[in-house]
Amino acid sequence: MSMPAVELEAKTQRKQAKPIEGVKKVFMTGNESVAWAALAAGAEIMYGYPITPQNEIMHYWTRLAPRYGKQFLQTEDEISAGFTTCGGVLAGKRAFTATAGPGNILMQESMSMAEMLRLPTVVIVQQRGGPSTATVIYSQQETTLTCFGGNGEGLRIVYSSSSHQDLFDYTIKAFNTAWKYRFPTFVLGDGYQAKMRESLHIYDPAAKGIKMEKTVPFVGQEGMPGVDRAPAHLRNTFNTEEELLEVITGYVAEYQKIAPEIIEYEVIETADAEIVLVAHGIVARAAWAAVRALRNKGVRAGFFRPITLRPFPAEQLRKAARTAKKLLVAESAQGQLLKLVQEALYGETVPIATYLMPGQGITAEELSDYVMELRSNKTNREGGSR
Amino acid sequence: MTVVPNMPKAWRIETKPHKFCPGCGHGLVLKALGEAIDELGVQERVVFGCDIGCSLLSWDFFNADTVQTHHGRTTPVMTGIKRARPDRICIAYMGDGGGYAIGAQHLVNAATRNEKITVILANNCNYAMTGGQMAPTTLPEMKTETTPYGRDVEETGYPTQGPEMVAAITGETAYSARGTVANLRQLKNYLKKALQNQIEERGFSFVEALSACPTNWSTNAKDTWHFLEETMPKYFKIGEVKVPVKEAKESNTSQGNHTKQ
Ligand SMILES: Cc1ncc(C[n+]2csc(CCOP(=O)(O)OP(=O)(O)O)c2C)c(N)n1
Ligand code: SF4
Ligand SMILES: [Mg+2]
Repeated sequence: MSMPAVELEAKTQRKQAKPIEGVKKVFMTGNESVAWAALAAGAEIMYGYPITPQNEIMHYWTRLAPRYGKQFLQTEDEISAGFTTCGGVLAGKRAFTATAGPGNILMQESMSMAEMLRLPTVVIVQQRGGPSTATVIYSQQETTLTCFGGNGEGLRIVYSSSSHQDLFDYTIKAFNTAWKYRFPTFVLGDGYQAKMRESLHIYDPAAKGIKMEKTVPFVGQEGMPGVDRAPAHLRNTFNTEEELLEVITGYVAEYQKIAPEIIEYEVIETADAEIVLVAHGIVARAAWAAVRALRNKGVRAGFFRPITLRPFPAEQLRKAARTAKKLLVAESAQGQLLKLVQEALYGETVPIATYLMPGQGITAEELSDYVMELRSNKTNREGGSR
Repeated sequence: MTVVPNMPKAWRIETKPHKFCPGCGHGLVLKALGEAIDELGVQERVVFGCDIGCSLLSWDFFNADTVQTHHGRTTPVMTGIKRARPDRICIAYMGDGGGYAIGAQHLVNAATRNEKITVILANNCNYAMTGGQMAPTTLPEMKTETTPYGRDVEETGYPTQGPEMVAAITGETAYSARGTVANLRQLKNYLKKALQNQIEERGFSFVEALSACPTNWSTNAKDTWHFLEETMPKYFKIGEVKVPVKEAKESNTSQGNHTKQ
């Protein structure tokens, strides 16, 4: 049945209309802001499998996407969601998926293929408790998995968001980073950010001078393969150790070369700090608020937040650590950020205190109290740990 | 004088001779597929995906864009491409382990969703690439590395009936058949019908091909052929299991049960 001309025109117009005109102030959940960001970034297809706390990314996408001629496929599991996302990218589309916890585990297989084939996949991870099924809303226990999951070298880019604005900004940025550098890219959030409502600005990237990177099909280009052009023969299997070494060495060199362009971090008042709080994601907000409160009490506290966990802002952290008397690493995991910090600071002598709460949220009050405790020497251990 | 053997146009001559063992069925399946692609004139639109298993040796086999994926995951990768680029002809090529064991959920769900892709599966009754272990298709009493005393159906069940399973769960517009490398003309015909189903955007298409693995069967030419022609078809019926309703009406054959041709 053919569509009446008017309706058809309306449909095409709708498809062409920009999802967001200019900049808009909104009050919405983090999951909703991710769906809007993907739309604004020109994402063309989402593949997904239900899991809390990311479900509403799919829910908003499936409501919004058809209005703009975008697609969705609900797959049979996250193995499939990851591999179909690879397929979408191979076809040259801004394709993405979203997951959490056990789903993040299942997605590691496809993301290892994305690393090997250098596919610009985008995955939004809304962390939940672990191991196993655990709790459905919150933790920071998928840090190691998201940075280093897979049987490889962690050749991926991981942005850790700490607000709804971040979720929006970095979802857009993830598409650009992925397509520019061709490493699988992740936005690491959590269920608090996913499910709570908060004010933020959503925008058309062009309104902020952000240009979306061009996408190019890996397969299915025009022309007869073998006649007009060479066929694309993409493989992730190699015959010899030498062959593999050469490929991986090349990838690692490229990753290291581009790392300085990708690395992002936030640093506040570390120059005179007696203690620098180091945290990522939503815990960084508590840490930041704690630093403000401590400063008001006259305690010289500083703040360091890695925004990219992969690649990690190691040099920048070293610089902040050199002038500090002590670091305090706080996270809702048993030392996953801590490992990244320790690796970055290898050889430095600054003591590291810890505030580790696997699977539990952390408030600013807890952190400022803990800093006061550390100062009054009530905590005996060398660095102080909890 | 060198004589260039007759090869399908879709084959990439630069990568021949191919990488399979002498006497392997994979090369024959891909010959039939190459001819099917030639005869349908769709080479330019083909995106070929191969699995892990001996099928991976075909990663540079065709003059067609190719992705070699993971064990069992070729179906979702091709699904992802097809959803994003419906104008491409997406072919997922795999072994029986890849399709019926580790990737079974993908096959089942792609068939259920009636994805407009073509899945081709080489059934050689074993996990060949890893050295001949039991596969879902290993015959009762058949010896493999993990069934050294023969497959005990009490313990491990009966061989998977792939095309029958697919036919039972997929849409009315899907195609499902089982051919054999012992009858290449018929196999090519099935492959053509499968691809045609995708070209006409009707629905899912699936072809299992009985395929020889002399290396892991430890058979000479005569015994290989005997196993392929006589033993395997006792468990795996050759024929079309499902033809799309439209096509069935046109050719006036009833839908279903192993219409031989
Ligand atoms: C996740 C995973 N598990 C196991 C393997 C090891 N593996 C490689 S090939 C193969 C079996 C292949 O058998 P089949 O799919 O029947 O293909 P064939 O080699 O017989 O053609 C296995 C188990 C793998 N590569 N990946
Ligand atoms: S091991 Fe078997 S299936 Fe694999 S290439 Fe050799 S003959 Fe073919
Ligand atoms: Mg096999």
